[in-house]
Amino acid sequence: MTDKAVFARQFIEAIPHGRALGMVLTGIGDGTAEIAMPYDARLVGDPETGVIHGGAVSAVMDTCCGAAVMSHPMAPASTATIDLRIDYMRAARPGQTIVTRATCYHITRSVAFVRATAVDDDTETPVATASGAFTVEAR
Amino acid sequence: MARNRPEPVQVIKQRRDAALGALVHGVPYIQFLGITFERRGDELTAVLPFEEKLVGNPMLPAIHGGVTAAFLEVTSIITLSWGMIWEDVESGALTVETLAAGDLPRLPKTIDFTVDYLRSGLPRDAYARATISRAGRRYASVDVASWQDNRARPFAKATGHFVMPRRHG
Repeated sequence: MTDKAVFARQFIEAIPHGRALGMVLTGIGDGTAEIAMPYDARLVGDPETGVIHGGAVSAVMDTCCGAAVMSHPMAPASTATIDLRIDYMRAARPGQTIVTRATCYHITRSVAFVRATAVDDDTETPVATASGAFTVEAR
Repeated sequence: MARNRPEPVQVIKQRRDAALGALVHGVPYIQFLGITFERRGDELTAVLPFEEKLVGNPMLPAIHGGVTAAFLEVTSIITLSWGMIWEDVESGALTVETLAAGDLPRLPKTIDFTVDYLRSGLPRDAYARATISRAGRRYASVDVASWQDNRARPFAKATGHFVMPRRHG
């Protein structure tokens, strides 16, 4: 693993809210990241169905997008979300881990553009997709 | 002909607060984030008390962008649901006993949610209010903004679209 990947992993694992949600960084590359969030009854948004709240999916999507920016070869010193749009395709199945993958597909001196997808055990049809713009903080 | 006497104020407050409480306490994730709702008549203000576990950037420190998004989405969904049950609660079609027993209406489902991060969320309490810009039978649109020290300087705002649950009648 490169220094940058080590740094990105440490950075993600140092986030208090990431720990609170049980997020685990399962992959990091040049402008890509993968984060898993195990099912947790505390994160349920609809008590009738046991489905995880969209807000928790937003949190893992946002973190994953930020990690993808941090891991980009241009290596920004830091990043912050400018805007993030999430589309919810279907409910995540209760009991299943949610896995998000993000790609920083374009980066300028000031802005990073990111896309992400979230799936559960059914990896064919996404639970949600996201797209956003992030700041690029100079070193 | 004598008009019906208005209901005693305690009866009205008790009914409305019980209905709101049932709506909010039924959702585990709202409890996880520690969000509460304050009510003035039918107007709701969501409150997110600061906690260490909400931090996203420990260096600043700042509230996690995902927490901000979740706070705005929770505020939108509760405000929509509250608007949906208000008349039934007031008319007595939906009783406090029914709500307290956990027999709640189905919640709106988020289609999409777009958050603008205007400034970083400081390590202190945050507040949010949502306005329903379109309340259709099947779809609804909501605008929501969150602030900390100054209501005129929100740190995040969002727009969301929702599928409304099927209702009786």
